[in-house]
Amino acid sequence: MASRVQKKDDDESDFLFENLDKGQVIQEKRAFNESPIHPRKCSLVISQFLYLLSRGDSFTKTEATDIFFAATKLFQSKDIPLRRLMYLLLKELSTISQDAIIVISSLTKDMSHKIELYRANAIRILCKITDSSILPQIERYFKQSIVEKDPHVSSAALVSSIHLLKVCPEIVKRWANEVQEAISNKSNMVQYHALALLHRIKQHDRLAVSKLVSNLIKNSLRSPYAQSYLIRCCVEVIEETNTEDRIFREYIESCLRSKNEMVAYEAARSICTFKNVSNKEINSAVGVLQNFLNSTKPTLRFAAVRTLNKLAQTNPTAVIPCNLDMENLITDTNRSIATLAITTLLKVGNESNVERLIKQIANFLGDINDEFKIVVVDAITSLSQKFPKKYKHLIIFLNKILRDEGTLQLKQATLDAILTVVNNIPESKEIALTELCDYIEDCDFPDLSVQILHLIGQEGPLTSSPAQYMRYIYNRVLLDGGIIRAAAVTSIAKFGLLYEPMKEKVVILLQRCLLDEDDEVRDRATLYLKLFKENDVRYLNKVLMDDVPVPLNNLQKSLELYLHQGDFSEPFDIASVSTVVETYQSPLLGDGKSPFSTGASKKGDSVTGTPKSNNASNNNNNNEESSGPESFATKLSQIPQFSTFGKLLKSSEYIELTETETEYVVNCVKHIYREHIVFQFNCTNTLNEQQLSNVSVKMVPSDPKLLKYECSIPIDVLPYGEPQQCYVAIRYIPANGYPLCSFSNALKFKVKEVDPSTGELDEPGYDDQYSLERLEIVPKDFLNRAFVGNFSEEWKKMSEDTQLVQTFSLVGVKSIDEAVKQIIKTLGMAPAEKSEVVTPKSAKHILYLTGKSLNNQLIYVRARMKLDQSQTNTDVELTIKSDDESLNDFVISAFIEK
Amino acid sequence: MGNLFSSVFFKLFGNKDVRILILGLDSAGKTTILYKLQCGEVLTTIPTIGFNVESITYKNIRFFLWDLGGQSAIRPYWRCYYPNTNAIIYVVDSSDPDRLGIANEELVAMLSEEELRTTPLLVFANKQDLPGALSDAQVSEGLKLSSLKNRQWAIFKTSAINGVGIYEGLDWLVNVISGGGGS
Repeated sequence: MASRVQKKDDDESDFLFENLDKGQVIQEKRAFNESPIHPRKCSLVISQFLYLLSRGDSFTKTEATDIFFAATKLFQSKDIPLRRLMYLLLKELSTISQDAIIVISSLTKDMSHKIELYRANAIRILCKITDSSILPQIERYFKQSIVEKDPHVSSAALVSSIHLLKVCPEIVKRWANEVQEAISNKSNMVQYHALALLHRIKQHDRLAVSKLVSNLIKNSLRSPYAQSYLIRCCVEVIEETNTEDRIFREYIESCLRSKNEMVAYEAARSICTFKNVSNKEINSAVGVLQNFLNSTKPTLRFAAVRTLNKLAQTNPTAVIPCNLDMENLITDTNRSIATLAITTLLKVGNESNVERLIKQIANFLGDINDEFKIVVVDAITSLSQKFPKKYKHLIIFLNKILRDEGTLQLKQATLDAILTVVNNIPESKEIALTELCDYIEDCDFPDLSVQILHLIGQEGPLTSSPAQYMRYIYNRVLLDGGIIRAAAVTSIAKFGLLYEPMKEKVVILLQRCLLDEDDEVRDRATLYLKLFKENDVRYLNKVLMDDVPVPLNNLQKSLELYLHQGDFSEPFDIASVSTVVETYQSPLLGDGKSPFSTGASKKGDSVTGTPKSNNASNNNNNNEESSGPESFATKLSQIPQFSTFGKLLKSSEYIELTETETEYVVNCVKHIYREHIVFQFNCTNTLNEQQLSNVSVKMVPSDPKLLKYECSIPIDVLPYGEPQQCYVAIRYIPANGYPLCSFSNALKFKVKEVDPSTGELDEPGYDDQYSLERLEIVPKDFLNRAFVGNFSEEWKKMSEDTQLVQTFSLVGVKSIDEAVKQIIKTLGMAPAEKSEVVTPKSAKHILYLTGKSLNNQLIYVRARMKLDQSQTNTDVELTIKSDDESLNDFVISAFIEK
Repeated sequence: MGNLFSSVFFKLFGNKDVRILILGLDSAGKTTILYKLQCGEVLTTIPTIGFNVESITYKNIRFFLWDLGGQSAIRPYWRCYYPNTNAIIYVVDSSDPDRLGIANEELVAMLSEEELRTTPLLVFANKQDLPGALSDAQVSEGLKLSSLKNRQWAIFKTSAINGVGIYEGLDWLVNVISGGGGS
């Protein structure tokens, strides 16, 4: 009764708390010091403090300490509701207040108090205050509480132990027996908490975890929470140990049939994430999710559709049975569910229903927020690749998003999507341009207007009726701000250059811009006009059509470096900017989230010369140059011996030439130039009693005829622990073919012993050498990734006369997935059409790759593969198409020697 | 009858409970005394990190006994519990003459606090059961109790283990608090 009155009181005052002032409440804490204590008054004050804390008001250390100590006076009260509130307040403040240890004795006593509420609460506060010096003293109470029958106490002890495991793991680990006992507690919650703790205790011992899990599988846990947790443990065991033992999978499968929705969902979700999954397994999991799609509970529908959405990325066919159910969800009142349903459908959609789907999304587009709209836009982008014929609907749909209200982020994503569609599907150009012209008439974002004007200038003159765009562009000159006007002027000039019949009109329009109030606009108009009058087509082309000859990111980095150095005696030279392109992750490659494409893109980083990602494993010996390919180019160009080599075309990933734990650690980066290769050796001396000097790498090529030694730059002094670089440069003649050969290498140096305590050198030292791993020059070093919009069309266009077909076997490659990875790794090319995604357990696959040679010749590769009968090797039929037969031979040589 | 009695009680003490601090150096026996008083048994105690608070009713008076930890790390927190204190029980380990000086210093520092200016002081010369324990006079001298001004005080020889002297001390307190005057 008393507590009910209390509760009502709280509810009423909730409203009163709205304008609560912290200072005032702090004053009120004097109620805690009164004697005797007035429970109701104190309870109200505590409620107010708790309200302030949950509202996010911050308390200084002094304030918190004052309140904390005042609240400790309430330990004398025997009023249970007040005590409960006191515990809550102490718990909240214990992490802000100083000297919270003052309550340890009292709480320790409360841990064995006859009232359960005291016990559970005391444990929860103690867990926040305890450190490794105090825990041993109260350890015995913790053990008792864990095996306690009362579920609140036991749960509190178990959950607190999970937190304490981070503070003093060795002590908590001693409680394993008690925790094991708690698993058989009748309460669902306790069972779950006990399992979670036990799992964490054994976390670092895989064998123990798998033993624990297999034992519990047999014991048939009753608590649905614990069952769900056990499913996750099973997944962990399966993934980490690659166990062949079927019981873990069988358990998860059996959980699919659980009456409890949570357990069944967890099981289905887990199966969907498996890397190797049989059709039977996935079908039953999808079946469960399908049921949930029709559930009356929105959470279940959401969970199911979200899981299917993820599954659709890796295994679209498995999702198809749910199509009908998901179509029903498009009209779901919960927009998150509807959006997920639609994007899932788009992922698995087919040519016939795409149009209808897009129409349906358009209907509720207004109801979803921008974040989800971006998801939709992404889905549409990948759709354009799958169904190029539907470009018209896609463009119109994207334009609708562009025109509706939205953030710049959404608009930019949408515009990017349109650009991707335009680039990939040439037929879509005209309709896209028309729509975009309309859009810039009323566009709030100058950034977007500029981009669109650029696109119109670029593509408009090449369409069937270029004249129609001029009005839109010139309108911008009349109506918009400076930046847009300048972009419009350039766009107009492009029409004059690219579409002869309009040249005179363009000149007239440019003349009108000469009096513009904006410098940039006037300057551009003046320049273009002069060039038109002189009819200097070559120079016009250069000014209008040539993009900056280097990647903008690299240019920016170089400029920043130039400004940072502060030496302006020499003008900035654009030739010093690296042309090495950082990987461009095409949206068409799909989601970078799927485990495989992440792997591929990492690979891409390294083959295009960003060894950064590989650097992590290289300890810290490459710190100074881990800032990307740009710094390589800059650094190398500063070395006089290499300055005549021209542009750096490509840098390889890091190749370790020693184990990482040896006396001298050496790794190598290959830098490819037009006629030269520079080997950069990063050397680290890990012996503190040695100083090395005159360090160089002696390389002996397997085929000396292919190349000529150019020069070698040794390291003068290599002290302990400071990585430095030495270089070897060779020269090759491209016309004679790329120098594919291997080198045996040795590190040569002079050793001087160092007295580590005094730093004195023991002169004169002696010469020594240290042999390194072999190093190979492989075709991949001369190949870059490339991206094409529509692989199959490009493939068809290429003549079959020059194609090269080769069959071979990848020995010891037991799965298609592995074969795909190996082929991509060997060639360093970019997968196209999502062909890097392998249907699990399939025995056949076709992989498409695109790449280009260093002189930018495109190469298309199709790899058909299948597992041989023994299931231990993979047979591959590789077809290579490019305009240059010798290039085909070169690409195939990547495999022949293997 | 009960009603009549409680109204008399009410007059004597207003609506206040009696709040008493049990202080002293570490391992003087404070916690043992507290639980001897509360449940009449000698419990095995561990060093108090923080405090223990118990209420006992003795001679119809409700005492709230605050036993504060005596370790040097915890002594600074004593002051947080000074306000509204009706009496102090200062427990001294009579078998530890070496630390009598420190006990005196802590006592002087405590009594000089404004909040405890006139609070009655009851000293327990504890651990009398141990051989070689100092007498109450020796303890009194070590603590320089005779120099205390404007304060009611008393010293009793006690042993928490066998209960000697504790209730006598409490009787003195009851007397002082109910306005009867002390020794």
